[in-house]
Amino acid sequence: MEAIGLSFIDWIIIFIYFAFVLGIGLYLRRYTKSQEDFFLAGRKNSTWVAGLAFLSANLGALELLGMTGNTFKYGMYVAHFYWIGAIPAMLFLGIYMMPFYYSSKINSIPGYLKLRFDEKTRVLNGIAFAIMTLLVSGINLYAMALVLHTFLGWNWDYSMWASAITVAGYVTLSGLLSAIFTEIIQFFLIWFGLFLVSILGIIEIGSVSEIMARINTYSPQVSFTTLWSTSSNPMLNGMLVHWGGIVLGLGFVLSFGYWTTDFLVVQRAFSAKDLRSARMTPILASFFKMALPFIVILAGLIAIALSIDPKSGFKLLHDGGQVNYDSALPLLIARYYPPGLVGLGVTALLAGFMAGQAGNISAFNTVWTYDIYKSVLNKKASDAHLLWMGRVSTIVGVILSLVTAYWAKGFPSIMDYMQAIFSWVNAPLFATMLLGMFLWWITPNGAFWGLVAGMLSSILMYFAVKFHWFAESIITMSSVQSDMAANFWRAWWAWLICATVTILVSLFTKKRPKEELVGLVKGLTKEKHDQNIPFMKRPEFYAIISLIIFILLNIWFW
Amino acid sequence: MSEQGMKPIWYFVGLIVLVIGGLVFCSGIYLFFNPPAVKTVLAEMHPNLWWGGLMIIFGGGLYLKMRNQTR
Repeated sequence: MEAIGLSFIDWIIIFIYFAFVLGIGLYLRRYTKSQEDFFLAGRKNSTWVAGLAFLSANLGALELLGMTGNTFKYGMYVAHFYWIGAIPAMLFLGIYMMPFYYSSKINSIPGYLKLRFDEKTRVLNGIAFAIMTLLVSGINLYAMALVLHTFLGWNWDYSMWASAITVAGYVTLSGLLSAIFTEIIQFFLIWFGLFLVSILGIIEIGSVSEIMARINTYSPQVSFTTLWSTSSNPMLNGMLVHWGGIVLGLGFVLSFGYWTTDFLVVQRAFSAKDLRSARMTPILASFFKMALPFIVILAGLIAIALSIDPKSGFKLLHDGGQVNYDSALPLLIARYYPPGLVGLGVTALLAGFMAGQAGNISAFNTVWTYDIYKSVLNKKASDAHLLWMGRVSTIVGVILSLVTAYWAKGFPSIMDYMQAIFSWVNAPLFATMLLGMFLWWITPNGAFWGLVAGMLSSILMYFAVKFHWFAESIITMSSVQSDMAANFWRAWWAWLICATVTILVSLFTKKRPKEELVGLVKGLTKEKHDQNIPFMKRPEFYAIISLIIFILLNIWFW
Repeated sequence: MSEQGMKPIWYFVGLIVLVIGGLVFCSGIYLFFNPPAVKTVLAEMHPNLWWGGLMIIFGGGLYLKMRNQTR
């Protein structure tokens, strides 16, 4: 492919963005004086700030490119990642789990495990999370450099180092606060930079109905434009998945595992100024999450509709005989955007990438400093020392991400393993959290061994299928093969194994006294939050509205 | 956290959207009078002009509203 050409005005826009985020880091440094400022942005953020940051921490450039590409590959079923794969979990976090997280004044998710269970469970999860975060961060760095190299013709090393140094610069200067600021800026740049692709695509083709009609005419047997109506038979939908896999694997385990226990996103809610704002954080984010398919899914459907029309001249790239699905969004940008707008579109992708990187690094420095360094290596560390350690671990984290990125460059197959890492760490952790937060008799040893069993079984299932030790159909209970379906089902089994082992071990090991668990477990804790405010201002009211919109969207696109 | 005098995030959002929107709008004016030899699809709609204009209105409005406020 000929790289997308950048004109002088495009370079100016990109340069202004880099200078702007570094300037924000410098500006905010004077307001970052304590460890709480650095790691939790002083716990002073409003619902809107925490809510948009909560959503944006998950909204990386790879997510935008990947999900648009996945829509081209799987069709509208990808919208499940934004709706059933996110909304119920976000609402559950805000309504049921946040009061326990926020009120216990913890600094991280492993910190809750320490209070609810014991030190070894905290350290196990802290180490797993730190490794996962660095790997994800490094692989994202590698993949983004690859994208910039492929589509813009940029030098692989320069683009990676420039982005990494910028992120290291502003996160080291002012920690979570600057990460949150840039995440919110990224949110607006993504909407302004990429929503226009969908608008121009609809104008070119005629209407959304025309887009759907063209796709249905081209593929009458396998549906690419519905959400549920073809889910009873995996052969009839583009993702080759049964509704059971969507509901149990994606909608329950993967979604709840990510949105309720992954510290990368939950850390943003911890930065809220009070409990009501913290509870509202994921609920507010749910509204914007539901809107994202109007960028990514719509762009993917436009790409399908254009590619099946020979007169359009639109065709995805091919690498070594394989279709490069990630090329869908950059090719649409090249199709519709004149100079100036190209700079905006590329800046939106860069902003998404750097904000995602900053999110990973700010979560890593917090877990490293509190849950590994202070917990195991230096229990008497002072406030000033922890602030210093936060800054040092930010730089070390970025360097380790770069090492991982170069490692990925040498061994491209580790990219495949990354797809599965969330199901290795987050799926079992969700079982531990759910049981620990709602059943007082779950014991520290039950949680620890359940977590070990869940993580190991998930890793084992992944490699067993990869190296053909046993057939994938044993996991997916389906004769058709799909990586996505395997991810959903593996997460479900890992969750179930973790939950089963946790319960069984808890039945035979020593329980903690109930009085030690007040404030940490539902049923032992008096929940008095938001009693004095009108119902229409309570988080529950907004959660109901969000749920209604979620149900209507699923019915609309059934 | 000492927040005395600290500008709210919305000030920065308004500023960057205003600046980038202004540049996109200016590029639209340039392209209007100097159309390129190879045109993008729907170039005749001049998306830089109206999209850049929308960004100026949004960013400018937010910037003006927030410029004298502190957190």
